[in-house]
Amino acid sequence: MGGYILKRLVSAVPVLLGITVIVFLIMALIPGDPATAILGSYATPENVEKINRDLGLDKPAVARYFIWLGNMLTGDFGRSFSLNRPVLDEVLERFGATLVLAGTSFVICSVLGIVAGAVSAARQYGLADKAITFAVLIGISIPSFFLGMMMILAFAVERRWFPVSGMYAIYGGGDLPDLARHLAMPAVALAVVATGVIARLARSAMLEVLRLDFIRTARAKGVPERRVIWHHALKAAMVSIIPVLGIQAGFVLSGAVYIEIVFQWPGIGRMLVTAILQRDILLVQGGVVFVAACYVLFNIAVDVVQSLLDPRIKT
Amino acid sequence: MTRFLWLLARNQLALMGGIVLVLVVLVCVLVPVLPLRPPDVTNTADRFLAPFSDGHLLGTDHLGRDLLSRLLWGTRLSLAVGFVAAIAAATLGSAIGIVAGYFGGRTDNIIMRGVDMLMAFPYILLALAIVAALGPGLLNALIAVAAVNIPFFARNIRGITVGIAHKEFVDAARLAGKGHLAILTTEILPNVIPVIVIAMSTTIGWMILETAGLSFLGLGSQPPQADLGSMLGEARAALITNPHTSVVPGVMIFVIVISINLLGDGVRDALDPRLRSGALSRPRPATNVRRESVPQGPGEGVLDIRELETQFHVGKRIYRAVNRVSLTIAPGECLGLIGESGSGKSVTALSVMGLVASPPGVITGGAAFHEGRDLIGAPYRDLRRLRGDRVAYIFQDPLSTLHPLIRVGEQLAEAIRVHHKVPRAELRRRAVELLGAVRIPNAESRVDSYPHEMSGGMRQRVAIAMALANEPEVIIADEPTTALDVTVQAQVLSLLDDLRRERGVAILFITHDFGVVAQMCDRVAVMYGGRIVEEAATADILNAPAHPYTKRLMDCVPELGGGRRKLDAIPGLPPAVDKLPPGCAFAPRCDKVREACRAAPVAMTRAGGRAVRCLYPETDIAKDPA
Ligand code: SF4
Repeated sequence: MGGYILKRLVSAVPVLLGITVIVFLIMALIPGDPATAILGSYATPENVEKINRDLGLDKPAVARYFIWLGNMLTGDFGRSFSLNRPVLDEVLERFGATLVLAGTSFVICSVLGIVAGAVSAARQYGLADKAITFAVLIGISIPSFFLGMMMILAFAVERRWFPVSGMYAIYGGGDLPDLARHLAMPAVALAVVATGVIARLARSAMLEVLRLDFIRTARAKGVPERRVIWHHALKAAMVSIIPVLGIQAGFVLSGAVYIEIVFQWPGIGRMLVTAILQRDILLVQGGVVFVAACYVLFNIAVDVVQSLLDPRIKT
Repeated sequence: MTRFLWLLARNQLALMGGIVLVLVVLVCVLVPVLPLRPPDVTNTADRFLAPFSDGHLLGTDHLGRDLLSRLLWGTRLSLAVGFVAAIAAATLGSAIGIVAGYFGGRTDNIIMRGVDMLMAFPYILLALAIVAALGPGLLNALIAVAAVNIPFFARNIRGITVGIAHKEFVDAARLAGKGHLAILTTEILPNVIPVIVIAMSTTIGWMILETAGLSFLGLGSQPPQADLGSMLGEARAALITNPHTSVVPGVMIFVIVISINLLGDGVRDALDPRLRSGALSRPRPATNVRRESVPQGPGEGVLDIRELETQFHVGKRIYRAVNRVSLTIAPGECLGLIGESGSGKSVTALSVMGLVASPPGVITGGAAFHEGRDLIGAPYRDLRRLRGDRVAYIFQDPLSTLHPLIRVGEQLAEAIRVHHKVPRAELRRRAVELLGAVRIPNAESRVDSYPHEMSGGMRQRVAIAMALANEPEVIIADEPTTALDVTVQAQVLSLLDDLRRERGVAILFITHDFGVVAQMCDRVAVMYGGRIVEEAATADILNAPAHPYTKRLMDCVPELGGGRRKLDAIPGLPPAVDKLPPGCAFAPRCDKVREACRAAPVAMTRAGGRAVRCLYPETDIAKDPA
């Protein structure tokens, strides 16, 4: 097991490097002199000279890339001009908030999606199946940001069940129940589309599996139908569901940006949008690399879970 | 193509989606000539007018601009941007995919590595990075959304191209001296275009949504120009006081995306042949039973199958797989059921415990008595209790019939646990004991193996152990050795034979091999075209087969107990069970056939312990003493 994890970690190194190259190339699309671009409205001659010196911006692109990479590897993501603080500090702080939101959403969409899909398959063409299929269709068609706004109207304004926005109450909040109250609506709004996608996939994966011979064997043994569905079939179907959970995690993580704007959640997506509008390039660059790297690591975890479930994968 | 459109139109939801979409597009095209107010003229005196107010059907926004006009212009913009982004992504992505797939080798390797890297990003994050570099603006948002969708097209189209690149017609073009470019555009491209179109139809909804999303964040279209996303973004500030300004563009996005999704699903369903034939139907826990006639009990022996009729209903067609089959098994007896594939022998076996996949299977008549009660009519709960406990099954291919992800010990333990309350430690001991009983060496460590870690013969022993777990009265073995090697086959057969004698369990043994019958069975029934055509003690049938079909079956088995054989040595094909002739089903292949055979159904003739369904049998069973 340990060997397998190590192997996957090693194989992630080129992907992580590739991510930095791609981000670097994208940032090279910025028209004009890099120093002025990075500094934006802070581009005084002294600042330009200082940043040229720090980041080697007057050097050729290849050298610039390696200086940037080297800095990042030593934990130096540069300094945000709009916030006047180190990029990494800001990114870490904001990423924590995003993780709470996206993590909760991910749990919601995984559990709900798989259960809905399995129920749907077990009751194929029945009332439950039709209801779930319909709900899924609606769910995957509503833009999350619009859904979030409608939820605010319905559950924070009309009925004051949940707070309108933010992560904690400004006065006297900060404890777990307070967080949960603030988290409920954004987490659900973010989870809806992914739930639908997962439910659809889980349904078809279950239908595929339910036709297989070992399901007939289980039934021939006298295994109760409930157990056939939730143990035998679901276990086998998970092999094709888990990779999709990995992909959906990417959608939830990056789609959090809309929800963070709608609910004013202090996450990294909102930070990125602000940074883009203020042309704080180093902050954008650092944030994107950091989130993408975390996602790559998350996918390794997904692979490890997959190998635990499926003994046929050589570990 | 027309068939495809017909299938699409038959799907009402898809049709609805299509109609709504066409209407929206039509309105968008007509926007410039519609009598609308100008979308960008502000009028602060008329801010936030409610819908249905004078002159403003949908009201006005925070600057007093007419919402209806802005909505339609915005929709026009959003659709255009989404569509252009889809075309751009499809063109570039497909070009990359075609090049990678066609040239293969290093080119392919390098390109696909790059594509993989792009796909390693969370999708929206990459779009944000691109917008960050290019700066906010609708065109840049369009570029970003198109760019992040390129890998999707590249990967799909590459896969298709790889499949085509080595087809004969491409090789032929190459030999004819055509250049790469010519081959790519004249041979490859026409073949991948349908796939590109389908991929586009599934992604265009996403692209509209994503560009709207970027605009919503303020990174797309900039004021005063507005697409649906930026309308929603601007309205957000007044969400609580004037919700209608948010609802109007939001609902529009929803309507567009849901109609695209409906249409896309319809396209996918119409193109997927599996969905069309209904093959993706989930088999129910027990076969459907709709009997017209129910024989009366209590029946004889441990299992008495009477007048069983099982059919497959596929669309409007009815396949009569099992046609009034009767079989009786005495306690401890081994009854062979032999026939070619498609003769209905497996369906007969599966019908007993309601294991015929349903849909499409339906049991339309007959009964199966076990200890005086009819299993066919039994409610699922009772059937479940008897399955594996009193009547157990062994199936053909143990690799596909054992659960691949569960340890064999657990699968064995489960067979016991679902019927009897047994403590955990005891269960494990019983599992080890069972593995020992089927002569698996190192049973103690083998209980923790997964099926894929065992050989075929081992796996089948596990399956046998599972059938024995609750000491049933009857085991129904459906070609249990067909998938095995010759030597392993012999071992498994002698194991089964020993076990049955030791434990006195009755076996219904399904096979297509007379060699196996000779070794295992006390009695044998021959099945053809869904009917029993001959039944007798094994020795009698081996000495003097009565039915011409039985004789031919035996003739094409040169030596008994040999390896796997298919009975393809009989000229002609087994009858398709939906086109059975009115008379004797074997008539088209029988060399003794006469007029009378084809005229009317042939009845079973019985004499002594023998029975045959033939007008001109090889052996006169009445004379031949049974
Ligand atoms: S009934 Fe006639 S056709 Fe049928 S098997 Fe007997 S001889 Fe042949």
